[in-house]
Amino acid sequence: MASAREVAEAAERRDVRNRWLLSAPALLIIFFAAVGPLFVMLLYSFMAKGDYGDVKLWQFSSEGWFSVFLERDIFDDTLSVNDAHLAIFWRSVKLSLATTFLTLLFGFPTAYFIATRPERWRALWLFLITIPFWTNLLIRTYAMQEVIRNEGVINTSLLWLGLIDQPIQMMYTDLGILFGMTYVYLPLMVLPLYAAMDRLDFRLVEAGYDLYATRLKVLWRIIVPLVKPGIVAGSILVFIPSLGAYVTPRVLGGGKNMMIGNLIELQFGQGRNWPLGAALSLTLMAIVMVALLLYVRNASKSGARHG
Amino acid sequence: MKRTLTAALAGLAMLAGASSAQAEGQLNIFNWGNYTSPEMIKKFEEQHKVKVTVTDYDSNDTALAKVRAGGHGFDIVVPSANFMPIWIQEGLLLESRPDQMENFKNVDERWVNVDWDPGRRYSVPWQWGLTGIIVDTSLYKGDINTSAIFLDPPPELVGKINVAPEMNDVMYATIRYMGGQWCTTDKDLLRKVRDKLVEAKPKWIAMDYGVIEKFASRDFGAAFYWNGAAMRARAQNPDVKFGFPKEGFPYFMDSAAILKDAKNVENAKLFLNFIMDPKNAAMISDFARYANGIKGSEQFMPADMKDAPELIVPKEFEAAGEFLKPCAPEVTELYTKIWTEVLK
Amino acid sequence: MARHFDVRRQWGFATVAMICFFLLYLPIATLVVFAFNAGPSLAVWEGVSLKWFVAAWNNSDVQEAAMRSFIIAIFAATIATIAATMAALATTRTAPYRGMTFKYAFINQPLMVPEIVTAVALLIIFSRIKVWTGYSGLGYLIAAHAAFCIPFAYLPIRARLENMDLTLERAAADLYATPWNAFRRVTLPLLLPGIVAGFMLAFVISLDDVVITEFVKSGGQDTLPTYMLGQLRRVVTPEMNAISTVFLAISVLIVTLFFLISRKKT
Repeated sequence: MASAREVAEAAERRDVRNRWLLSAPALLIIFFAAVGPLFVMLLYSFMAKGDYGDVKLWQFSSEGWFSVFLERDIFDDTLSVNDAHLAIFWRSVKLSLATTFLTLLFGFPTAYFIATRPERWRALWLFLITIPFWTNLLIRTYAMQEVIRNEGVINTSLLWLGLIDQPIQMMYTDLGILFGMTYVYLPLMVLPLYAAMDRLDFRLVEAGYDLYATRLKVLWRIIVPLVKPGIVAGSILVFIPSLGAYVTPRVLGGGKNMMIGNLIELQFGQGRNWPLGAALSLTLMAIVMVALLLYVRNASKSGARHG
Repeated sequence: MKRTLTAALAGLAMLAGASSAQAEGQLNIFNWGNYTSPEMIKKFEEQHKVKVTVTDYDSNDTALAKVRAGGHGFDIVVPSANFMPIWIQEGLLLESRPDQMENFKNVDERWVNVDWDPGRRYSVPWQWGLTGIIVDTSLYKGDINTSAIFLDPPPELVGKINVAPEMNDVMYATIRYMGGQWCTTDKDLLRKVRDKLVEAKPKWIAMDYGVIEKFASRDFGAAFYWNGAAMRARAQNPDVKFGFPKEGFPYFMDSAAILKDAKNVENAKLFLNFIMDPKNAAMISDFARYANGIKGSEQFMPADMKDAPELIVPKEFEAAGEFLKPCAPEVTELYTKIWTEVLK
Repeated sequence: MARHFDVRRQWGFATVAMICFFLLYLPIATLVVFAFNAGPSLAVWEGVSLKWFVAAWNNSDVQEAAMRSFIIAIFAATIATIAATMAALATTRTAPYRGMTFKYAFINQPLMVPEIVTAVALLIIFSRIKVWTGYSGLGYLIAAHAAFCIPFAYLPIRARLENMDLTLERAAADLYATPWNAFRRVTLPLLLPGIVAGFMLAFVISLDDVVITEFVKSGGQDTLPTYMLGQLRRVVTPEMNAISTVFLAISVLIVTLFFLISRKKT
């Protein structure tokens, strides 16, 4: 008996070791070019800022972290919560949540549509989703301007159809940023959703109808839970990058209101405050990390229940 | 699939070739994007049998950060005047003595004894211009030689104004508009500056680059922007006029200099000398659409640039312009805080 | 009526999908149209002309930059997809083991940091390495791109794996297939849609990157996005549209060929 348990334990150990070996290349690349550099930033966030950008190496200071949340008023020297930073964080979170919601709203039916095509056509539909994204982001964002401008395609056609009598201002508003980000991040939602739906077991759906469920109920009670891993993956892929988005807010939002990405960029650029930039981004990362872990834990729990 | 294969092979070739990139007869220029005349580069390559590589940057801070980090492989960089003292102070530039070069005699006296490089021991003028007011005069007929156009906009222009997203330029124009001097730390004045910007911002439509096509499409009615862009905008929309803010406006001049760790110093010196030749300077201006600071280059410039009103500062406004010095770090910090508050 | 319907259908889904495709191609269509503009503007139409195609054809900088973007994207996406597939196999379909959550967070880390931060940090590290080794080729850009592409490839592959049922693989194992054979013959084909989705995402993400590339690139390593970034501040002309149009045409051509070939086989 004891030896059988030993064999089982050895097998398990071997399995875990193999799993570490399998994930080694990804872990190494990310360590080398993403996590490792972050340690540099952690270090930099505790340094005194250099006079013209950069930091004064090995001159420690907590000024960077201090100014993430608090600020000494430049006029009356009182200490208060930094509401400019809070406002920018909050704005970014709102816009990113809205973007995630919109991409899901459009992406889910689209992915479902692709996944229910005959097998040989699916690759083609999938390519059709990605082809627009083979053109570069900047060019695409500029092309987006042509669509949402006051004299752009949307406004012109709405005017022509008589649905509105004066153009809707979308360009240089939050609405413009939202449309732009939805457009940019749509494939990041569609592809993981498709990957999860592609093997959807329609016998379960059929069983649902046999039990006289309505289409909506089938969708909500059967399909959505089954493709939940795809929804989770897609939401993460859309929400997090849009939180740090930089190009789209700048081109479509007109740069009048910052998002976190722009605020951080300012510190590494014209603001010449690298420690604050480093501290701001580590704060952002910590928030996202906690949210992500909670989300994944919940999602996998409920996933296990259904699976 | 074949394309993938070709691309992969080409990629391998590039990977292999890159290590031997520092062969003889090379010159690596690190310059603002869309700022280097390809014809001028071609002429230089043919004349001196040198292979030139131009790499772009889009901000002074990026260029400074990259060069300071080292291992960049560039020979020539073209910083703006307000950054030049930082580059020199941090020991990043080679004292290549352009003032002793053959073509230095062509440099306009006005650009020889400049604050940021007295006597031109490091750098050679590339292009210069200023940030001012662009107005579509079909919308507004009043005085355009004032920063009030974007700080206290006339009702006709409200909601149609674009302001360049340049912290220093906007802060400068606003400080001068409120009656202060650049790098001031006067709290009362800065409070007024902040309040003015916070009050004016809702009347702007955007803070963006790329204004030329927006004036052509008449999306914008006014802008606080560079004069060269105003000239291009006028070519597409004849109603566009450029104003010189009488309260004060920032000049810029970008100057080419050799990096201390340059690998091709001799070719870089040849290049500095080359761009001080009026013919070649005119080629740069023809491409980048700004004035260049080399005497005699006007005669080689295209007709539409010779008498462009945007490029010639009228006598009465000359004194209002100023080159921005780099402010002390604590002053920059103050200005950044105000800027963040305005853009939140 | 009751038994005569398609269980796969959901009301309105096809319509939404069609609207989605229409909206996806709307900006692309305007982009292509303005590539043929006779005037220098992206907004004011002045008649049909091929002059911007000619300009792009004569602009060797743009062509080199575009080619470079393509090469980096292919290398980075391939490396990222392989690494991500292996990692996904290692982190799914098992009882949670020590370090699994850690791996998950670690692999997704590149998503969580704004690009500018990674960019500055990579600049600091890579430039040291460039000085020590004297190597300043495209390898750095490929490594940096591969790193931030991994999570984009990993998530769809993982999503696919989690939904896969284990019966077939168990059957293969019961029939004494070696683990490698079982993987190659059973798991891999089932996993393929996830891998394709992951690769395409990674490829697109690499093609789009501006900020990290801007900071990591050495002399003469401009990609199409960094080249364009440099243009933004001065003047944007339909030349960019012309280049994009050519690229679109090529990719549509490749996809069509690929599709025709793969249909013939089946």
